[in-house]
Amino acid sequence: MYFHSVSLDSDKCHGCTNCVKGCPTEAIRVRDGKARIIKERCIDCGECIRICPYHAKISITDPRMLTKEYKYNIIMTAPSFYGQFPGITDVNVILTGLKKLGFDEVYEVARGAEYVTAATTVMMRNGMLTKPAISSACPVINRLISIRFPDLIDNIVKLISPMEVAAEHTRREAIQKTGLDNKDIGVFFITPCPAKMTSIRTYMFLEEPVINGAFSVNDMYAELLPVLKTIDKPEKIARASIKGILWGRGGGESAGVPTPSVIHADGIGNAVKILEQLENGNIDADFVELCSCPGGCVGGPLNVENPFVAASRMENMIVADNEAYPLMGLNIDDMLWRKDLEPVYIMRLDDNFLVAMEKMQEIERIYETLPKLDCGACGSPSCRTKAEDIVRGVTSDKDCIVKMREEMMRLLKKEKESADEGI
Amino acid sequence: MVKHYEISGTDFANAGEASSDFKAMLKKIGVPTDVIRKVSIAMYEAEINTVIHGQGGYCDAELQPDRVIITFTDNGPGIEDIERAMQAGYSTATDEIRNLGFGAGMGLPNIKKYTDDMQIESEVGKGTTVVLTIKLFK
Repeated sequence: MYFHSVSLDSDKCHGCTNCVKGCPTEAIRVRDGKARIIKERCIDCGECIRICPYHAKISITDPRMLTKEYKYNIIMTAPSFYGQFPGITDVNVILTGLKKLGFDEVYEVARGAEYVTAATTVMMRNGMLTKPAISSACPVINRLISIRFPDLIDNIVKLISPMEVAAEHTRREAIQKTGLDNKDIGVFFITPCPAKMTSIRTYMFLEEPVINGAFSVNDMYAELLPVLKTIDKPEKIARASIKGILWGRGGGESAGVPTPSVIHADGIGNAVKILEQLENGNIDADFVELCSCPGGCVGGPLNVENPFVAASRMENMIVADNEAYPLMGLNIDDMLWRKDLEPVYIMRLDDNFLVAMEKMQEIERIYETLPKLDCGACGSPSCRTKAEDIVRGVTSDKDCIVKMREEMMRLLKKEKESADEGI
Repeated sequence: MVKHYEISGTDFANAGEASSDFKAMLKKIGVPTDVIRKVSIAMYEAEINTVIHGQGGYCDAELQPDRVIITFTDNGPGIEDIERAMQAGYSTATDEIRNLGFGAGMGLPNIKKYTDDMQIESEVGKGTTVVLTIKLFK
């Protein structure tokens, strides 16, 4: 039912609680000395990958061999990919390099981003958006809203992502050009994050998958870097403008929306704060761009380059002349979600409201007996969550080391007293 | 069940913490999302009022099987003319507070809009008590 790119390399896990405490949906617990991911709660943000000092949290992506299964292979680049290579400022060098690796076609997701910007503009001008409209480009934010802020689902701009738009375009073009069957065409994405990998596998808003797999930036980097150095005369492949490319860093998407009333926040903690405020009704903006990763997609955990360096490099990229490649045949209906985002009530204590109320009272009671140090040593992220876990029946208070110490002191004191009495 | 919150009178940075906490609890219990939205908006506005106008106080938020009752009590200056305070756009906020983006005179009208019942008791020089009721089911 659930596929998650984020997973655990059990051998490397020390059972420390760094990831447990850093998880924005409280989806990790340490049990029996290893971190366990509660799959229903995980939103694939990759915070645990960033935080784990032992690199025990990993992202599952596809093996490069997957291209062998198709007759015609297309590779798609995320805008943030362009910022990964020191000394390379020409997008065409990177795109040419990918072709040299054996791909038949290269397509820029930045181009898909331009289509999404155009569609968002039309929708906003025609009053088709619920304000404040929330960008749907970051799959982590969509999942976060469905789990923690279901009331804001209506505010999301119900457009498929630039990656999906790009995939549908390039697939159509390839079928026309080659005359091959749809199933013989492999469309792949170089992903900066586990969430994109997950969204490719689960294709939440589509009827059927349009992308056949994803390779991590890290894997492609090693393969591509030596090739890039050999390119003297790059092919002219790039079609995306700087507007599309800057979607790769925070603020790039909202810069293209036809209103000055925009808010952009990046980093999952900051995004949560904005969503809280949106829910309270005290944010007055036309458009809100939220990126789970710090700095936007350049901050994706599978990227190689420092996100601030990558962002700066992207801003100075030599790109296609946008005038030469106008957007053709914008069809908003083709870009709308084909399935709605369903609220997920995984945080609820019970399906029965009255039972849930009783459980909440029990949580409050147990919480008062806990030390409130939020040390995490029991494997739950905080004393409050510990109380919740006890009531949910997944743990007991026996493993609270602070309480254990108190109990030990009490027993020692008692022993000493009875020994004293003996004298 | 009742949650008790102390609200500091000058702490603009942390204003809204009580409503955030109570909201999180309602979500876990499974209160309908449209009710949570109403509670969030009304409670946040009232909490801000307690900070700005009431100079701090406390809040008791109670969840009953069919309704939410939230009481804000402050020891502030009190409201001279409640009827006038209820008018949209009317505000006694100082320029300093307006500069912080508050005090547009929409607080009380907004609270009324998002609640099923709102009672205000106020005595000049002593303080104000606001009781909000939001029904869980239509």
